[in-house]
Amino acid sequence: MEEKIIAAIIVSAIAFVSIYAFTPILIKFLEKRNLTVKDANKKGNVMIPRPGGISILIGIVASEITLYFFFPISEILAIILTSILGFSVGIIDDKKTMGGWFKPVALAFCAAPILLLGAYDSNLDFPLFGSVKIPSLYLALIVFMIPITGNTFNSIDVLNGVVSGFTTIASFALAISLFILQNYEIGIACLCLAFASLAFYKYHKFPSRIFPGDSGAVMFGATYGVIAIVGEVEVIAAIAILPAIINSFLFLSSVKRIVEHREIKNPTSHTDDFKLKSTDENYAPISLVRLLVAKKPLSEKQICNEILKLTTFSGVLAIITAFMMGAKIL
Amino acid sequence: MTMKIYGFIFVMWILILTGGGIVVELVGPISFSEDIEPIITSGVKVFLALFLIFIWVFTLTKIKNWIFKSQVKS
Repeated sequence: MEEKIIAAIIVSAIAFVSIYAFTPILIKFLEKRNLTVKDANKKGNVMIPRPGGISILIGIVASEITLYFFFPISEILAIILTSILGFSVGIIDDKKTMGGWFKPVALAFCAAPILLLGAYDSNLDFPLFGSVKIPSLYLALIVFMIPITGNTFNSIDVLNGVVSGFTTIASFALAISLFILQNYEIGIACLCLAFASLAFYKYHKFPSRIFPGDSGAVMFGATYGVIAIVGEVEVIAAIAILPAIINSFLFLSSVKRIVEHREIKNPTSHTDDFKLKSTDENYAPISLVRLLVAKKPLSEKQICNEILKLTTFSGVLAIITAFMMGAKIL
Repeated sequence: MTMKIYGFIFVMWILILTGGGIVVELVGPISFSEDIEPIITSGVKVFLALFLIFIWVFTLTKIKNWIFKSQVKS
């Protein structure tokens, strides 16, 4: 147990400190090369450096590789490789705008390390009722899981600080759940993601100094997805990210097709004092942000806080679910 | 509105727990006689799982419309 505590402290520190120290350097580098985009929710022409995914990649991979030296198991290797592949898909989308189907299809291939390394168990565990063995169906689940988490995290990257704050809360909830279930190695791997996103949140929170870009957001999602699979906590992981699932569900049920977010009408518009309000446009999709501002306009910071509170609520439900995993009612 | 979203998350959680119970207790144990290929059994389970997902999404859509229709025109 002592070795696990030491490993947890060391890798968490590596994840946090490397991103905390490297991101300001990356901000200067991106600004110097004019790699910036307009912050659509600010008055005037505020330009923000992007992509911060490079910094997130360094933090997550450095900490996970260190963890691999402590525990050389295929599950951690699968996390490292899937994270790198997730980043690669995102950075292609950052550099060149791809069609709506590019990310889901490319992210399905990111699940390859999990399958090739055999870093999964084909039992699907449910709270209160036990588990069900679904060998064939589970392979399909693995292939679908990474595109779903990658796109779900990417679709919630709408305002300053949302995706990094969201990932921080969801990952801490998932790490706690893994510790409750005594899956310590993967729990520590999840701490790497939690501390990496926490360090990035410092620069991404309102007012943002850097955007993660698709490379950062997709990598957050892909890493979260692979941890859920190799940690055998798929259901708990889904519960912890329910606000983002609601966002995707509302979007898909109103748009009724898979499209790149740049192709659709903005579901919100601005008031004179630059608060966000629900758009009057017909056929604009419904999203979580649109619901939050449906009754009255809110500032970007207020919306971000509301989303993070919703994530905390679903994180608590995920932890309760982890406690329920041990109990059986039938 | 925010309280309604909390309510929606809670309903989703309950639906996940209930769906898990149905999968484990009803779909999982399904097995036919030994003469039938295991792939057919798996196929039936996949079909039932997809049907459950359809029911889950349908229920959520109804609940979403019921909760949010007053606020947002779809």
